Amino acid sequence: MSGRVAVLGAGKVGTVLARLSVAAGRPTAIAGSGDPAALGMIVDVLAPGAVPMTSADAARSADIVVVAVPLARLGSVPAAALKGRIVVDAMNYWPPVDGALAAFEGATRTSSEIVREVLGAEHLVKSFNHMGYHELDAWALPPGDPERRALAVAGDDPAVVEAVADLVDAMGFDPLALHPLSAGRVLQPGSSDIFGANLTRAELLSTLEALGVAPATARP
Amino acid sequence: MELGIYSFGDLRGISTRERLADLVAQARYADEAGLDVIALGEHHRADFALSAPEMVLAAIASVTDRIRLSTGVTVLSTADPVRVYQQFATLDQLSGGRAEIIAGRGAFTESFPLFGHDLREYEVLFDEKIRLLLRLVKEERITWQGRTRPPLDDALIVPRALQPTLPVWIGVGGTPQSAVRAGRLGASMFLAIFTDPAPARGLVEIYRRAAAAAGHDVDSLRTASGGHMFIGRTSQGARDAFFPYYSEYLSLLPQFPGGMPREVYDQWIRAGLLVGSPQEVIDKIMGHRELLGISRYVGQFDVGGMPAGMVNESLELFATEVAPVVRKEAAA
Repeated sequence: MSGRVAVLGAGKVGTVLARLSVAAGRPTAIAGSGDPAALGMIVDVLAPGAVPMTSADAARSADIVVVAVPLARLGSVPAAALKGRIVVDAMNYWPPVDGALAAFEGATRTSSEIVREVLGAEHLVKSFNHMGYHELDAWALPPGDPERRALAVAGDDPAVVEAVADLVDAMGFDPLALHPLSAGRVLQPGSSDIFGANLTRAELLSTLEALGVAPATARP
Repeated sequence: MELGIYSFGDLRGISTRERLADLVAQARYADEAGLDVIALGEHHRADFALSAPEMVLAAIASVTDRIRLSTGVTVLSTADPVRVYQQFATLDQLSGGRAEIIAGRGAFTESFPLFGHDLREYEVLFDEKIRLLLRLVKEERITWQGRTRPPLDDALIVPRALQPTLPVWIGVGGTPQSAVRAGRLGASMFLAIFTDPAPARGLVEIYRRAAAAAGHDVDSLRTASGGHMFIGRTSQGARDAFFPYYSEYLSLLPQFPGGMPREVYDQWIRAGLLVGSPQEVIDKIMGHRELLGISRYVGQFDVGGMPAGMVNESLELFATEVAPVVRKEAAA
């Protein structure tokens, strides 16, 4: 598939994901919160080849929209422009750093289910959130490399999960599908040993198994 | 090349009174041993002693002669820049011109609710206040209007610092927009780096481009870096001794709720964390200098509630075996 990508957020995570997307050969747009000149400078250095745009234009240009803004600024994401598109939630809720947010504090649902509701994004999956941006930057490796790290992709719709899994694979990581979206609870900070652990596919599988979470499909 | 230390006044296993007394004594030693700077970081949490670092810096000023006295960082977004300037101008007078400020967000956010600020306003708070502070260091009388504090109408801001311009750095933790801002404002940039310094090359490049585009003399701007540091006589000895304290300390991060695993610790050291023998730490600081062009490195030297004896031994190795060699190699 063509899989045009937009990354909303040009911070620590967004710039790394845009760079990996460009390296994966995907047409890549990127949007940030600052002024266009600052965004241009940042993209030019950190994600050359990605095209700086406004959030709405970036989202409309893409098939897959990766949202990597601070969760406190979720309201700045142009929800209308996401309609019909695959949305990847790369964000985490961690109050000591992000501050307490009413919509997420004490919630029984996973943060991605809340994000899906806030954005009205029908086709939303959770991925990229459980590795740090330095690690995403450092560990992108070709398929088959024994050191390759794994990224879980959690979502309700198998076809949507598969499309994001293809992107994850092309960006240098072994995708591991989880159904449904709420299965992504184990990827959240503080909920298991997965967040921040940089696991290989085999390690992620055995960690999930120990948690009683079964992966959705076995990829070859 | 300048070398220094920084602390948050970690309170694990020690009382506030003892920690502050230790800090003043360690600063005195650092001054006598020829280190260039001590920086104290502001936090508003029960596990750190330094919600008012400028008070401790004033105490240090009175028992030291040469060492520069900095914050690391001042959480400017939730402070009044006028008051910050007054405090540091006073510290500068008391210390004979040794005060500096690193302004930044800091690792935590407790000060926002504490002082009645909305974290979602972080951008406008920091942007407006850093611009005001950078004017205050130059203008004795100031007229200013904005959203984040009451207007100033030809206000007299005294006392003035002893230094012609009180040095103000902007602390950057990895967010590219922060590097753009530091460059545009022509402020020096302090980079927080804990493992591999290589990814920060992009931030330095962005900083320099932004400074040049805004018409600043890029070569006059300074870049510094800092992160966690522990030095032992031997490589393996240092790693083993420091690990339990560091693992416990990093349990405050979301990825290590049960403490940092040893294999991740060893991976971080391989990637660049400054833990090891004097020679290993020398090589890593020189790596920062070569990759990033820094003219100052400061190490957080009392991480994780280590006993004072461990802290002091590491500090002594830094002052006597690391700093002289780094200065010599940097000058070569």
